[in-house]
Amino acid sequence: MSRKFQILLATAVFVLAACSKGGTKPDGSEGAEGDAAAGGDYSSQSGLETGTVGQGTEYVEAGMEPGDEALIAETVIYFDFDTARIRTEYSEVLAAHARRLGVKSGLSVRLEGHADERGSREYNIGLGESRAQAVRQALMLQGVSATQITTVSYGEERPAVSGSTEEAWERNRRVEIIYSE
Amino acid sequence: MIDEEVIQKMMKSALLRLLGLVALIAVSQPGSAQLRIEISRGVSGAVPVAVVPFAYDGRGQPPLDVANLISDDLLRSGRFAPMGRDDMISRPTTAQDVNFTDWRLLKTDYVVIGRVVEDGLDRYLLQFQVFDVFRGSQVLGYQFKATAGNMRAVGHRAADLIFEKLTGIPGAFSTRVAYVSVVRDQEDLYRLIVADADGANPVVIAESGKPIMSPAWSPDGRRIAYVSFEQNRSAVYVQELATGSRKQVSASPGINGAPSFSPDGRWLALTLSSVDGNLDVHVLNPATGQKRRLTRNPAIDTEPAWSIDGKHIYFTSDRSGGPQIYRIPVEGSSSAQRITFEGRYNARPRISPDGKTLAVVHNDRGNYRIAVIDLDRKTTQVLSDGRQDESPSFAPNGSMLIYATGSGGRGVLAAVSTDGRVKQSIGAAAGDVREPAWSPYPAD
Repeated sequence: MSRKFQILLATAVFVLAACSKGGTKPDGSEGAEGDAAAGGDYSSQSGLETGTVGQGTEYVEAGMEPGDEALIAETVIYFDFDTARIRTEYSEVLAAHARRLGVKSGLSVRLEGHADERGSREYNIGLGESRAQAVRQALMLQGVSATQITTVSYGEERPAVSGSTEEAWERNRRVEIIYSE
Repeated sequence: MIDEEVIQKMMKSALLRLLGLVALIAVSQPGSAQLRIEISRGVSGAVPVAVVPFAYDGRGQPPLDVANLISDDLLRSGRFAPMGRDDMISRPTTAQDVNFTDWRLLKTDYVVIGRVVEDGLDRYLLQFQVFDVFRGSQVLGYQFKATAGNMRAVGHRAADLIFEKLTGIPGAFSTRVAYVSVVRDQEDLYRLIVADADGANPVVIAESGKPIMSPAWSPDGRRIAYVSFEQNRSAVYVQELATGSRKQVSASPGINGAPSFSPDGRWLALTLSSVDGNLDVHVLNPATGQKRRLTRNPAIDTEPAWSIDGKHIYFTSDRSGGPQIYRIPVEGSSSAQRITFEGRYNARPRISPDGKTLAVVHNDRGNYRIAVIDLDRKTTQVLSDGRQDESPSFAPNGSMLIYATGSGGRGVLAAVSTDGRVKQSIGAAAGDVREPAWSPYPAD
């Protein structure tokens, strides 16, 4: 299977996963289907009139969803060995990053792709680039502008964790999402 | 009679020379990154040879113990077993003093004698002779001009000639090795270092807090191309070793990697990426900026290496799934032809100086090892025995491959003869060393 096809397939799986989840919050309850106004509409509550304080709901910026801040705090996407396929577990994280970049068009991200230490170095530069590109494609399919994204691959040159164990390799096969204004 | 003024002048000049030497050592010693080379496996039946301490005819001390240098070179090759000095019954320095009966008793096959003669201010003559003990006759005799500064290089040259005379293979002791040293402290420090083939005289030619990788020699040994991330993205530079002057030759958006000089030194093959991250092999004329894309495949195409005649380029591609080696003509529009079929991982090709074999990184039952592939017979021979061996580079005489490996959690270098019989371990005192690139023969 060619790398390009792998990326396309991974992206398709990711998009499907993201769609099916809809506005589900991390706790599993149904959210507002992307309608932030409903989630943050405090005027309909009766607390002010009766003198008791209502429960309140999370206030989020227009275009964002409840729980996005927690998802955006996750800025490292990990990969399986010798592949650039994005695991389905990251669909919500990437959807949240995409919403943030959609809301703030002045923001940009640098996607740094990395590989574990096994194999040859320049080939691993290619592998890190494929991973960064897979994340780039996922963000762009969620509406992020290409001009907001740059990619760089460090291959195996900048490991997050040193050592030659399965654990270290897992931590090093990654794309780091780095924001800048 | 020498008057006081002359003596003062001489002392002053000697002092200045000494200061200059100290300054040179201070800038050129990356200390902890200096390599130490040891034989971890030698040839059984290594040839016994005696390199007798050379005579010195001059003032003061000789600039260098040349006999010791030659003896060490021969020892490190793994093909010779030099005799210890304490075991020598006599220490002849002229042909008439060589007593072949004694040397036969000591079971040595060859005796090397020589002398260093001072021949003016910082001018020396190095003379040496090699005798066949059993025939009782001279097999080699040479004389070189030298200075204190180049005495090491001249000594290595002598060792090259002795090695060639006795093995039939040109020596490669007077060549150099470029490598990357990485020290991880509070901040990472990446250095590109060029040292003599015996690890001596290490000189830092580039330094950065960001990765430096993929050093490649020009065929005349005067320039090195490499990749640096010093501007937070990859760019390819070409640096003149003599002057240190440097030119950025490729900084396209995306990847600029894996530079490799053509045999005529005029072109660089390198890896560039398209906007959607597809890596392809290109050729670039660094003088004019003229550039041409060579591979057109959505897979990862990288790690180009020129054939000896400069007509083809070998490269790594994962177009069939995993990485394998392919070959494409530099001219014309013929498609790439797959070269490797044995195993699921073959990457980073390097062609041997005779053009007959390809050194690669090969997955051998889960381990990444250095293998050589016979291009005619299509056979694969695994030469190394580590878990993550990479970056093989041929010595210019084709007899050895230097490569990167791991030892005790650190990156070190190692070398293996292309017949697999001799192994060297090459360690540095601190940090990781990696990506060795063996120089071509120096252009005279």
